[in-house]
Amino acid sequence: MQLPPALCARLAAGPGAAEPLPVERDPAAGAAPFRFVARPVRFPREHQFFEDGDVQRHLYLQDVIMQVADVPEKPRVPAFACQVAGCCQVFDALDDYEHHYHTLHGNVCSFCKRAFPSGHLLDAHILEWHDSLFQILSERQDMCLVEGCTEKFKTSRDRKDHMVRMHLYPADFRFDKPKKSRSPASAEAPGDSGERSEGEAMEICSEPVAASPAPAGERRIYRHRIPSTICFGQGAARGFKSNKKKTKQC
Amino acid sequence: MWSRRQGRLRPTVCGVEELRRRRREREAALRKARREQQLVSKRLLRNDAPEEAGEGCVAAILGETEVQQFLRQAQRGTEEKEREGALVSLRRGLQHPETQQTFIRLEGSMRTLVGLLTSNQALLQLEAARCLHELSHSEQSTVAEACLPATSYLLTYLSSHSSDFIELCLYTLGNLIVESEAVRRQLLPQGIVPALAACIQSPHVAVLEALGYALSQLLQAEEAPEKIIPSSILASTLPQHMLQMLQPGPKLNPGVAVEFAWCLHYIICSQVSNPLLIGHGALSTLGLLLLDLAGAVQKTEDAGLELLACPVLRCLSNLLTEAAVETVGGQMQLRDERVVAALFILLQFFFQKQPSLLPEGLWLLNNLTANSPSFCTSLLSLDLIEPLLQLLPVSNVVSVMVLTVLCNVAEKGPAYCQRLWPGPLLPALLHTLAFSDTEVVGQSLELLHLLFLYQPEAVQVFLQQSGLQALERHQEEAQLQDRVYALQQTALQG
Repeated sequence: MQLPPALCARLAAGPGAAEPLPVERDPAAGAAPFRFVARPVRFPREHQFFEDGDVQRHLYLQDVIMQVADVPEKPRVPAFACQVAGCCQVFDALDDYEHHYHTLHGNVCSFCKRAFPSGHLLDAHILEWHDSLFQILSERQDMCLVEGCTEKFKTSRDRKDHMVRMHLYPADFRFDKPKKSRSPASAEAPGDSGERSEGEAMEICSEPVAASPAPAGERRIYRHRIPSTICFGQGAARGFKSNKKKTKQC
Repeated sequence: MWSRRQGRLRPTVCGVEELRRRRREREAALRKARREQQLVSKRLLRNDAPEEAGEGCVAAILGETEVQQFLRQAQRGTEEKEREGALVSLRRGLQHPETQQTFIRLEGSMRTLVGLLTSNQALLQLEAARCLHELSHSEQSTVAEACLPATSYLLTYLSSHSSDFIELCLYTLGNLIVESEAVRRQLLPQGIVPALAACIQSPHVAVLEALGYALSQLLQAEEAPEKIIPSSILASTLPQHMLQMLQPGPKLNPGVAVEFAWCLHYIICSQVSNPLLIGHGALSTLGLLLLDLAGAVQKTEDAGLELLACPVLRCLSNLLTEAAVETVGGQMQLRDERVVAALFILLQFFFQKQPSLLPEGLWLLNNLTANSPSFCTSLLSLDLIEPLLQLLPVSNVVSVMVLTVLCNVAEKGPAYCQRLWPGPLLPALLHTLAFSDTEVVGQSLELLHLLFLYQPEAVQVFLQQSGLQALERHQEEAQLQDRVYALQQTALQG
């Protein structure tokens, strides 16, 4: 297919519309038996007209499998430690450090040092745990944790119910820890019952949290010796009263 | 992903012939799936080279004991490297459907994996996410649906800050989305659309490409036109952001643009609210992108530009059918004649590299010229009639479309037909009259009629070049008879 040489020049030149030649239709043009009418055509999604292009698209999506994964390995660097005060985790690849930093030191509550996966959850936490005005008001306003939903609730129980019913979230969603009462019963010594470990996945806490493979309701107690190379920070306060004993693990 | 893939385009262990054969098989399978309206494809993001696996190229299938063992090690191991290693071994095993089945049948396995996903050990999280990703890619619904307990967390992590992790979560979600309506019925109330909308602000190209993929899977769903697009998508800021991703310029990334162009196509061809998109400047953005593509096609060798050109053509063509395209003055919003130049450059590219896309390009040309004297004039003044005629032999479908475009020009009256004749048009028509395809011949007759009407001098030449004999061939054909007869009368009286 040969294109006129001036075409590329036209493309490179500025915008413009051709001055249209005069239009002058004769009614005999559309007279029977002739039936041509100039009209734009539309095709709906499933039309067969799209078959070839769709197949090309899906071949592309699938193409990743067909190619030998030849991506260069993560570039390794001499081992270095995380610079955040109190954290002595060591890395030898920058990607790993980036992920660690954002996960553990990214959205951290400055009051209680808990880390959260997103700014949204951190905001909800601060409001619910550390906002003294919030505590004074007799009407609590726990916000729904699903982004985009603006519902608010008087109790964390109500919020949980909403998230389970409306948003189909799991009842044991780890980032919806109900507000603890400040009774002496909530001890924070290592080896505490799993009830605490349930909702504190992102907390910088003294134990690696793991899901219990047992059915919900059964509590497991995890006792592990933390390897010396791992440090989780200065230990989190459990409530926002700072008279609880801080546990230093480093 | 695109940029990452460019480094991978080398022949694999199997030869090029084997690759071609497999591709043909896959293509046939995809065609069949599309005809049955079951076209579903998942994307796999696998990062490690097979050599890492040790002895063979492929990891071994894991049995139940081994899966349990790896899970336990990952969960309770003492050394972090050991825990990570256990998950890596599990992930490699999960490349096999058999291991996947074993995994999902094991009680508590998903719960453990979710626990690792949400743990505070960054590298364990990543590896757990990779395991989930392998599972999400499975073609067996039971395996993919077993990942459902993890979705609320995958969505939560979309607002995190680790780009690798977000990318992985997005591809996993994209694979799950396409699995079944049941999965989407869970993901939508869980807030997948706002979560995806939040990701669009990411500065990371890989994240944007993954986001586009996940969104395109959501929009491709059968129930999307009714249940997803009107309520969620159009209510969000996604459409404006999508258009931003398609703006040509130094920041345009082809891999990202491909995904969002397909997203836009699924929205537009659902015909839910196209005037809204036009209001956001979709026509001018896509028009400029078309110009950009034509420029790129002239410069680079290949790089899969047709993957982007196809959805852009479709979006433009469908948008041009909207009444909103006409402004108060009755002028089309898209008027730049460079669009026609760009389109022909793309048509030439398709002719050489991907002839199956010629109909789509010609479809746009039809929609541009149908109601636009300006674009018809451009075809004439830019000397594009002859190149158009060169496409006639490609296929019957292409022939019909070429002839239709020519009819669009001719029906505008004598000023246009004067520029169509003398020239190569009449010989080309005499040639197409020899075709056996009824539709091709029918369209040729329509064009002849217009030509005779507005340019009567052409009749004589037609007769001299055995035009009547060419017509006679079709006078028994039911669909053509009347028109053949009418033309014969015109010719004889002329």
